[in-house]
Amino acid sequence: MKFSRRNFMKAASGALAYASAPSILATAGIAQEKPIVIGNILDQTGGLNIYSLQQIKTTAMAVDEINAAGGVVGRPLELVFYDSQSNNQLNAQYMTEALVRDEAVVVHGGVTSSAREVMRPIVSKFGGLYFYNSMYEGGVCDPRHVCPAMVPSQQLKPLVPHVVQNMGKRAYVLGADYLYPHTMGEWIKRYTEEAGGEVIQTEFFPLDVSNFASAITRIQAEKPDVVWSVLVGNAHNAFYRQYEATVGKDTIPLASCMFGIGREQTYLSADESAGIVNATSFHDGLETEAARVFLKNFRAYTGDESYVGDYGELGYRGVKLWALAAEKAGDPSADAVIEALPGTSFDAPGGKVTIDGQTNHAVMDIHLIRANREQGWDHLGTTEQLEPVDTQAVCSLGS
Amino acid sequence: MYDAIIFLYQILFSISLFILISTGLAVIFGMMKVINLAQGEFIMLGAYFALLGEVIGLPFILSVVLAMVGVGLFGVLVERLLIRFLYGRLTDTLLATWGLSLLMIGAVTTFLGPQVAGVSVETGRIAVGEVYSISVYNLYIILVAFAALASCWALWRYTTFGMIARAVMANPGMTSALGVDCHRYYMLTFGIGSAISGLAGAMLAPIVGTQPTMGGLYVAQAFVSVITGGELPFLGTLLAGGLFGTTNGVLSYAYSQVIGEIGVFLIAIVLLRFLPHGMTSQKGRS
Repeated sequence: MKFSRRNFMKAASGALAYASAPSILATAGIAQEKPIVIGNILDQTGGLNIYSLQQIKTTAMAVDEINAAGGVVGRPLELVFYDSQSNNQLNAQYMTEALVRDEAVVVHGGVTSSAREVMRPIVSKFGGLYFYNSMYEGGVCDPRHVCPAMVPSQQLKPLVPHVVQNMGKRAYVLGADYLYPHTMGEWIKRYTEEAGGEVIQTEFFPLDVSNFASAITRIQAEKPDVVWSVLVGNAHNAFYRQYEATVGKDTIPLASCMFGIGREQTYLSADESAGIVNATSFHDGLETEAARVFLKNFRAYTGDESYVGDYGELGYRGVKLWALAAEKAGDPSADAVIEALPGTSFDAPGGKVTIDGQTNHAVMDIHLIRANREQGWDHLGTTEQLEPVDTQAVCSLGS
Repeated sequence: MYDAIIFLYQILFSISLFILISTGLAVIFGMMKVINLAQGEFIMLGAYFALLGEVIGLPFILSVVLAMVGVGLFGVLVERLLIRFLYGRLTDTLLATWGLSLLMIGAVTTFLGPQVAGVSVETGRIAVGEVYSISVYNLYIILVAFAALASCWALWRYTTFGMIARAVMANPGMTSALGVDCHRYYMLTFGIGSAISGLAGAMLAPIVGTQPTMGGLYVAQAFVSVITGGELPFLGTLLAGGLFGTTNGVLSYAYSQVIGEIGVFLIAIVLLRFLPHGMTSQKGRS
C-alpha cells in the first residue's frame, strides 16, 4: 500500500494517525487551524479483511481530498485509523478510545452487524456520531447511527424481478446460518412471490462448511430454475467451485446478493464466476464520469490497480456525506452534524446518495450487474433513487 | 436407478474425504503416537504448494507431486528440529505442535496474505441420467484417497522398510540393539505422513480454495477418524472413514450438512464409550 502524499504518524496502542501532508494544508490555507479528528475502525487483518482493505484506502483518500479543498469549516481533518483485526472486542475498545482519548467527532467503520452492535451503545453513551459504511439486514433506528449503504429492500427490489423474469420462477436459496442471510432469505422469498415465482427450498450452512456435495445433489433432485447464494465468508467460496464442477451455471444459473462483495470474482476462475447476477450500489465497470474520476484518483492515490468494488466506494461516500453535513451545520460537533444530516446529498461515484431523515439510511441508485470473464462485472441497468423502504417501515427518527 | 448411483457416489465421496484427510495422521499419530496438532496446517501447506505449482505453470498432477515432496521435506525438517526431542513426552508434543500450527498460520498469512486463492482444474462432469451430474474431479479424489491409504498399508505390510519401521515403533530399544538406526526410521515415517497430508491438501485445493486458516476445518475430523480407528492405523482409518463417511453422506443427503456432522460426532462418542481403544482394539483378546 502506498500513500504517496501522506505522512504517517505512529500513535499509541495500535492507532495510526494520518495527517495530510503540510504542503496540502498550506496550499489550502488551513495549516494553522486546529484539526478535526475523525476515526476509522476497520479490519485490516483477520478473516473479514476482504471487506475492509479497499475501504481503508478510500477513507484516507476522501479525507485528503477534503483537506486539499480547504477542509471542513476552514479546519483540516485528521484521520485516526484503528485495526479491529476482525475481533469485536477490539471494535469496542477502539470506539471508546476514538471518542474519549482521541476526541473524534465522527467514527466510520465496522463490517459485520455484530461489530456494529458492539460499538453503537458506546457511541450513544459518549454522545458521538457513527457511520456504518456496510450493507446489512436493515432496521437500525438510531439518530447517532448513519448507514449510507444498501439494505435488503434496495438491493433485492431490482434484482429479484430480473432473476424471476430472465432466469426462472422456481428458486432454491442457500445461505450462511446467521441473522443476515436468514433475513435476506425472507426478502428473496417475498419479492420472488411478488414477481410471480416461488422459493421451493431454503437451506442454511454453518460458516465453516466447505463440502457442498450433498446440497448440490439435493439441488439437482429438486430441479429449480435458479439457485440463490447468500453464502458468506472464505469457507463458503468452495460452493462456487463445486457448483461449477458438478452442475454448472449453463444448466441452472446462479444469482447472489453476496457474490463479489468480498471481491470473490478476483480469485475464482472465469468459469466459476462468469454469469452470476447481483445488484450493488457501485462497481468498477460503471460508465459514468463520477465513477471514472473516482477510479482514476484511487489508482493515482494508492498505486493499486486491482478491483475497488462497492465496499471501497462506501467508505468514500461516508466521509464525503459527513463533511457536507458538517459544512452545512457550520460546526463539526456530533450533535450539530446530526441536525444537518437529513437531506444531505452527495454525487457519489455510484450515483446520487441522499440521507433519509426518517431513518438515517440513504436513498441511492442500485446497479444490476453480471460477473464477466475478466474478473469484473457487466452493467445490466440502473434503478434510480431507491428508498430504504424496509427500514422506513420500522423507523421514524425525528418525529 | 440413477438415484441409487448418486446415493452411492455421495457416500463414497464422503468416505474418501475422511480417508484423504486422515491417512497422513494415521501414519504420524497411529504409527508413531505423535499427537500432531499441526496436521491441519500440513494439509494447508499442501494446498499452497498446489497453488505454487499453478503459479509457476506446472500441470496439476505435477503440482500434486510438488506438494507431496514439499510437505514431506518440511515434515522431515520439523521432525529433526522439533519432534525428535519430544518422543514419549505427550503433553510437550501437544504444546509444541500447537505452537507450530500457530506459527505456520502466521507465517503463511504474513508472507502470502490472508486472502483466499483458488486452484483451477478443468476436468468436466459426467451426466448420470436426466437429472444428475457428477464432477469428474470428485471421482479423482475418491481414487486418490483409496490409493493413498492402500499404498501406505502395502508399504508398511510388505516392504523391508515397513517391517523395520513397525519394529522400531513397537520396540525401539530392541530394534536399536539389532543395529537399526531408529532415528532414521522416525524421520522417514514422519516425512511420509507429512507427504500424505500434503497430497490431501493439494487434492482439496481445487474444491475448497487455499487460505491460511483452512487447516482448522480438517484437524478435528482427522483426529476423530484415527482415534476411533484404533490400534491398526490403516485398517482403522478405513473402517472409521467408512463408518463416518457413510453416516455423514446418508444424513447430509437425507437431511442437511449440520445433521450429518452431528451424526458423525455422536457415533464417535458412543463408539469410544464402548470401544475406548478404537474399532481395531486388540485389548481384551487372549
